[in-house]
Amino acid sequence: MFDQTIVNMIIKGIGETLYMTLLSTLFGYIIGLPMGIELAASDRDGIRPNALEYKILDVVSNILRSVPFLILLILIIPFTKMLVGKSYGSTATIVPLTVSAAPFIARMVESSLKEVDPGVVEAAKSMGATNMTIITRVLLPEARTSLINGMTIAIGTILGYSAMAGSVGGGGLGAIAIQYGYYRYEFGIMIVTVILLVLLQQIFQTIGMKVSNSLDRRRN
Amino acid sequence: MAEIEIKHVSKIFDVEGEPFKALDDINLEIEHGDIYGIIGMSGAGKSTLVRCLNFLEVPTEGEVLVGGRDMASLSDFELRKQRQDMAMIFQHFNLLMQKSVIENVCFPLYIQGAKKKEARERAMELLDVVGLKEKALAYPSQLSGGQKQRVAIARALACGPKILLCDEATSALDPQTTASILALLKDINTKLGITIVIITHQMAVIREICRNVAILNHGQLVEHGKVEGIFNHPKSAAARELILGDISEKWNGSSRTQDLVHEAKKLRIVFSENSSFEPVIANMILQFGVAVNILRADTKNVGGIAKGEMILGLPEGDELQKQIEDYMVEKGLEIEEVTGDV
Repeated sequence: MFDQTIVNMIIKGIGETLYMTLLSTLFGYIIGLPMGIELAASDRDGIRPNALEYKILDVVSNILRSVPFLILLILIIPFTKMLVGKSYGSTATIVPLTVSAAPFIARMVESSLKEVDPGVVEAAKSMGATNMTIITRVLLPEARTSLINGMTIAIGTILGYSAMAGSVGGGGLGAIAIQYGYYRYEFGIMIVTVILLVLLQQIFQTIGMKVSNSLDRRRN
Repeated sequence: MAEIEIKHVSKIFDVEGEPFKALDDINLEIEHGDIYGIIGMSGAGKSTLVRCLNFLEVPTEGEVLVGGRDMASLSDFELRKQRQDMAMIFQHFNLLMQKSVIENVCFPLYIQGAKKKEARERAMELLDVVGLKEKALAYPSQLSGGQKQRVAIARALACGPKILLCDEATSALDPQTTASILALLKDINTKLGITIVIITHQMAVIREICRNVAILNHGQLVEHGKVEGIFNHPKSAAARELILGDISEKWNGSSRTQDLVHEAKKLRIVFSENSSFEPVIANMILQFGVAVNILRADTKNVGGIAKGEMILGLPEGDELQKQIEDYMVEKGLEIEEVTGDV
């Protein structure tokens, strides 16, 4: 049905999509995880309430999340150029993907950490734990299943955004779908790429759920 | 010197802009090695009070001295050190649900900076103390409530505390389990000499193991002293209410006792160890040939002595009532009249 070039191109597309998605998730968590921890800690019922800090983080994450991804991608082109030297291609796409995912991840981390039983946190305090110990030994481990579920959702969202980035010069399966399906009316290729995206989504979701369940000690 | 001194402690919370006085000028001393009960109905401020002891709540006014040191004067670091000397257990156990039993017990040791190997060895000893050695690798979700509380107790003992604070530690447990947990606490107190402070709304818990008791009502300390003294001669209405175990009826919105006997004179009788085995009431009925209404009767083990109490509704007639009272006093019973709000 497809010749070797197209097959190679699709395989390369899968590689680029995975590259963008996974690296953006990684960078997204490098920024979003501490931000989410700060949000949870500085909130009124947190372990170290700080109204001003919470408000600032709250506003920043809300602003970033309310800018549509495609607009954000264009808006931060100068920033992207500064970081990676160019504004197109899959490596360049990682920058807006990360910027867009980080506040979203922060919010999910915040809500996961807030699910942890306040009683357990109080118990840790009563044992003389520092806030750092509470975060690393209580909040994060107790929230781990919820955090992993959140990560599954984050990967799924970033995968979708990476496909969107394909329309404005990003690489990966999204770019192939747009180029062949939209500009050249080659619906076959487009459908194949869409199916591949759906499969990837499904695989991430399944792995995420499996890992999360296997780490949950609350139901035995 | 008292192990814990509470001086003029007040705590005011801000509830939606309105100040709410949860604790009002509390003064208490808890001696080293004591088992001290703090009882009150829900909302009386007892949980706030116990949190003021380890400064999980900072009192708005007043001082808390632990081992002679003013808690408010401690730096963050010193406060954390101090807390390791005053362990706490909770109504809902508050175990780490994602960690095994042994890791839960190790947790405070890790906080202190213990190595994994020594922490685990110590944790195993403690699990042995609470009788859960074979559950070391189980997870809290696989344990019963009583077992979870035992794990929490092992965890509390891990750092070798001087004081154990128990916040409604048996309130989520059934009576048998409660008894076994209380027996364990008593054992810990005797063997390790740990001062225990017990917060509860159940008089049965106080009677079972406490030597001293303080009664809180609406944030105020209404009465405190030896359990036996307060049990035999409660001065405040709050104390009487708790002793009579009327709480559940009050919560239902009506007092059955009141409806049935509002017309009769009511007497509360306390049996001493001598009179417990003598059929005083039966003899009295035979002698006077009148029926008395037994409204409540209870025998309890108070500090190792069998104690009984009974509330009698006496028949009408001042002369007859006087005779019955005299008869009971003669037989060595402690009596007092109880009024309508009982």
